Amino acid sequence: MSNQAQPISEDDVRHVAKLARLTLNDEQVHHFTDQLGAVLGYIAQLGELDVEGVEPLAHPLDLVNVLREDVAQPGADRDAMLANAPDRQDAFFKVPKVLGDGGGA
Amino acid sequence: MTTDPHDPGAAHGLKTTLVVGLEIHVELATASKMWTAAPNVAHPDHFDAEPNTLLSPVAVGLPGTLPVMNKAAVEMSVKVGLALNCSIAKRSKWDRKSYYYPDLPKNYQISQYDIPLCYDGGFEIPLSNDEEPEHKHINIIRAHLEEDAGKLLHELPGGGFSDGSLVDLNRAGTPLLEIVTAPDFRTADEAVTFCNMLRDICRHLGVTEGIMQRGHMRFEPNINVIIENKAGETFKTPIVEVKNLNSFRAVHGAIIHEHTRQVEAWMVDGRVMGGGEKSTRGWDDAKEVTTLQREKEDAHDYRYFPDPDLVEVVVDEAWLEEQRAALPELPAAKRKRYIDDLHLKPIDADTLLAEPANAAYFDAVIDAGADSKRTGAFLLNTAMKRANEHNTTLDRLGATPQQTAGLVAMLANDKISSSAAEPLFGYCCESDETPEKLAEHHGLIQVSDDGALDAWVDEVIANPKLAQAVEDVKAGKGKAIGALVGAVMKLSKGQANPKAVSAKINEKLSG
Amino acid sequence: MDVTNTTMLGVRDAVASKEVSAVEVTRAYLDRIEKHNEALGAYLEVHDERALQRAADVDKGQLTGPLAGVPIAVKDLFCTSYGKTTASSRMLENYRSPFTATAVQRLEDAGAIILGKTSMDEYAMGSSCETCAFGGAKNPWDPSRVPGGSSGGSAAAMAADLCAAAIGSDTGGSIRQPAALTGVVGMKPTYGRISRYGMIAFASSLDQCGPFARTVADAALLLKVMSGVDPMDATSAPVDVEPDLDEVEREVKNLRIGVAKQYMLEGANDPAVQQATDDAIKFYESQGATIVEVDLPHTKYGIPVYYVVATAECSSNLARYDGVHFGHRTAEPANDIVELFSKSRAEGFGDEVKRRIMLGTYALSSGYYDAYYNRALKVRRLIKNDFDAAFEQCDAILCPTTTTPAFKIGEKADDPLSMYLNDVYTVNAPLAGIAGISLPAGTTEVDGKALPVGVQLIGDAFAEAKLLRVARLYEAGHDHWNLRPAL
Repeated sequence: MSNQAQPISEDDVRHVAKLARLTLNDEQVHHFTDQLGAVLGYIAQLGELDVEGVEPLAHPLDLVNVLREDVAQPGADRDAMLANAPDRQDAFFKVPKVLGDGGGA
Repeated sequence: MTTDPHDPGAAHGLKTTLVVGLEIHVELATASKMWTAAPNVAHPDHFDAEPNTLLSPVAVGLPGTLPVMNKAAVEMSVKVGLALNCSIAKRSKWDRKSYYYPDLPKNYQISQYDIPLCYDGGFEIPLSNDEEPEHKHINIIRAHLEEDAGKLLHELPGGGFSDGSLVDLNRAGTPLLEIVTAPDFRTADEAVTFCNMLRDICRHLGVTEGIMQRGHMRFEPNINVIIENKAGETFKTPIVEVKNLNSFRAVHGAIIHEHTRQVEAWMVDGRVMGGGEKSTRGWDDAKEVTTLQREKEDAHDYRYFPDPDLVEVVVDEAWLEEQRAALPELPAAKRKRYIDDLHLKPIDADTLLAEPANAAYFDAVIDAGADSKRTGAFLLNTAMKRANEHNTTLDRLGATPQQTAGLVAMLANDKISSSAAEPLFGYCCESDETPEKLAEHHGLIQVSDDGALDAWVDEVIANPKLAQAVEDVKAGKGKAIGALVGAVMKLSKGQANPKAVSAKINEKLSG
Repeated sequence: MDVTNTTMLGVRDAVASKEVSAVEVTRAYLDRIEKHNEALGAYLEVHDERALQRAADVDKGQLTGPLAGVPIAVKDLFCTSYGKTTASSRMLENYRSPFTATAVQRLEDAGAIILGKTSMDEYAMGSSCETCAFGGAKNPWDPSRVPGGSSGGSAAAMAADLCAAAIGSDTGGSIRQPAALTGVVGMKPTYGRISRYGMIAFASSLDQCGPFARTVADAALLLKVMSGVDPMDATSAPVDVEPDLDEVEREVKNLRIGVAKQYMLEGANDPAVQQATDDAIKFYESQGATIVEVDLPHTKYGIPVYYVVATAECSSNLARYDGVHFGHRTAEPANDIVELFSKSRAEGFGDEVKRRIMLGTYALSSGYYDAYYNRALKVRRLIKNDFDAAFEQCDAILCPTTTTPAFKIGEKADDPLSMYLNDVYTVNAPLAGIAGISLPAGTTEVDGKALPVGVQLIGDAFAEAKLLRVARLYEAGHDHWNLRPAL
């Protein structure tokens, strides 16, 4: 955890905004840098604790193996599934032309 | 390192060693998707579904929806893991992998990051087609379960113009098993052999139809080359990942091409492996070359973290044993049994094994009491012909294994002639009656009775069109008897016993 | 009788005995909404026609159940297959869900009449209802003040009798805090008690649906109706709902009330809040309870843990809003898909949502995961361990719900950290996945206006039946529950 006076820089904020797909103008970057810096500064107190050997708790429920039997139901009505799409063409969701491979799977 | 005239470095005085690891995605043929009851496009019933008809609110990632894990996808993965000699994680969990793409509805993929369901496995591959080839062990690092993305199209189906890109989510949420090998391959042939064997294993396990054109299996080789110059210095070229290959031909071509290309590229730029140097290339099937897609992999920051909508999967001993017990005989063991115990020729064994359903049918006929060699011969010569004509597998032709076993027994006992076998099998496919009854009903029971044979043989010998053949046999030209036997068989509509006919003709013409 | 001035059970029984018709009851609430909603902004959308239709069905005997004819307000975080579901965000301004959330469906199956969808902080991110993109709700006790958040609209509707009961969601205090600031009962059940299916996700390991009600008994019945495992939510607990979940009058024998010094931040507490808490302790003592001092040493780390865990999860949960399959898409030209996503999201989300998405993205990003996210999960474990130990010693922990009564609209709007510190008494229960309930504890006069304060009881996981009985004991000993704002 950073001990610097300013835990996050404007460049960090720009990088994070890019990762999170949020367009920010310079003024917003500046503003968010201050605000996030304050919050991160507060969060930094977690660094005081010795957490060596503590098992992380990602989820409060102690459940395992919540599984569904493999039974298919008919597909949903297509128009209902496409009804909220901002743009569509025929049976498809539509976006501006995507070039190249941007996927990660 | 041995000198090899096929080494693309040889012309430049270099020795090169190809290093390849494989990532293989197998779409599991569950009935429903991984996280929702919407139908799975990788299931045989749904491969040709209209776009965006295999959806549910969960599959579209609509606000408020939650995933619920498909038990069959876990069980299929465990079976594959066991078949690949992997350890199965007692506890594994689900992680979110974040990246934005229009065919990924949630903009994260649910996957397994640090605890894959299956790990540390592998199997032996033969290094040649010889009867007793050398083998090599290929290590499997891990096999984890994740969800597939949808598809992004750049024109309408059939080629209609679109000024945008189109999203079809039918494939989104299909369970996908990603199998990762160690970089153990040294030739393209080894990699293809492995892919073939893996496909066979998965098909025999019934976890996929393995139809490449439908994308049931996709291959991503990671390729680089170790180059040794005359001074004995070695250099490792940067690793290239070739994405989304969906044929063995493409896997082979991409590896061969990369081998040459990387050596040539190194001679030009001298670049060697280093941090963040992994680039991504695609395969151009027409030009048979790889093409650059993305220069550096480190542009991604996937921000993996445990999916809070899902709980852990615990595969306890009881569940594991249940899966182990349900494992079918795997292709390698089956092949060995067919050849060693059932005395099939290797090529016949391979023909049956090429289609798991055919092999299973063969096994069922044997289980019904039929002789293995005769069954093999009958299935491969007669039944397979019919299956190919109907574009299906033996089990779907309509004849029960019991009927077929009965038919094979009739052949063995000379109750029917081999030429009667084909029509009788046809009748078996259409009827539930025993082959004995069907043979009787259709007059296919072989006749060895002297009186009947005499009449048929006499009629054939008297036929003026066959006078030459008769003369030839009399003159001791043994081959000519075939024409006469054939004529008797035709005349008897296949009922005559050909051996008895042959004897009878010889008797009459030499007498 | 004035049905809008009774309790939910009062309404239900009046309808059941045909003292009034369900249509009359629904009309009465719709009339109040008509009269007061413009000033209070509690509802974003009122489904009057549908509500009256269903009320008529109740009167015809076609719609029955334990909530038959009870008019209920639903936070606009819950998907309904009728009307819009916006999560108070521009992003979902025109979104219509093709399905109804399980919790809402269970209310309707029990005969409830859904009156409409209530205002909230955008995507449930906020403590004041001010981040709502369509005008947040105001506090019925003083409309210049916030009703709390994020379920501010449901709390305001409940407090102003614009419904007989309401539901909301609690991630870090989003039911209990607004309940305290508006003087009603608000309960966050154990994580997993009520299905999250159809409740738009903010932070999946924390979010839990719960009721707002006039009384503990009303809350108990709502909880009972909504509880139970749901095959659509893998994190809904397969724990049987106790048959006596709504038997709030039953005594808790040998009651032990836990008090923790970490939950008595006297320097931070408003004197009225401190007084209410001290009085509650004395009250329980007077009822024969044993007061047990419990130690919850990691309490102060709750807010930093919460703002790492909740934001990390939200950064991922909200990734799906990209303008492809649903939601807002920018009208500006976009050169590529990254620009389309980035502009759509920048336009669709408000500043608080953006801040949290960025904070969470940062906490999960390469190089920071261990320092932030993983460390926060470890401290989360310590917080849960504290509670586990405490509940060995006591039946419920008593503490304030908030440090102060309702603050002024705009007072903290652009100071996220001071807004976050509001949650000091409420964030730890969701981190541990346990239950909590805020009870009205009287009012205090601020600037000439009476403002409610609340006390909170925190109970162990899946022990709501006991928690509700402990709460009922306090309620029965006071008349705070029936204090209503003068509109």
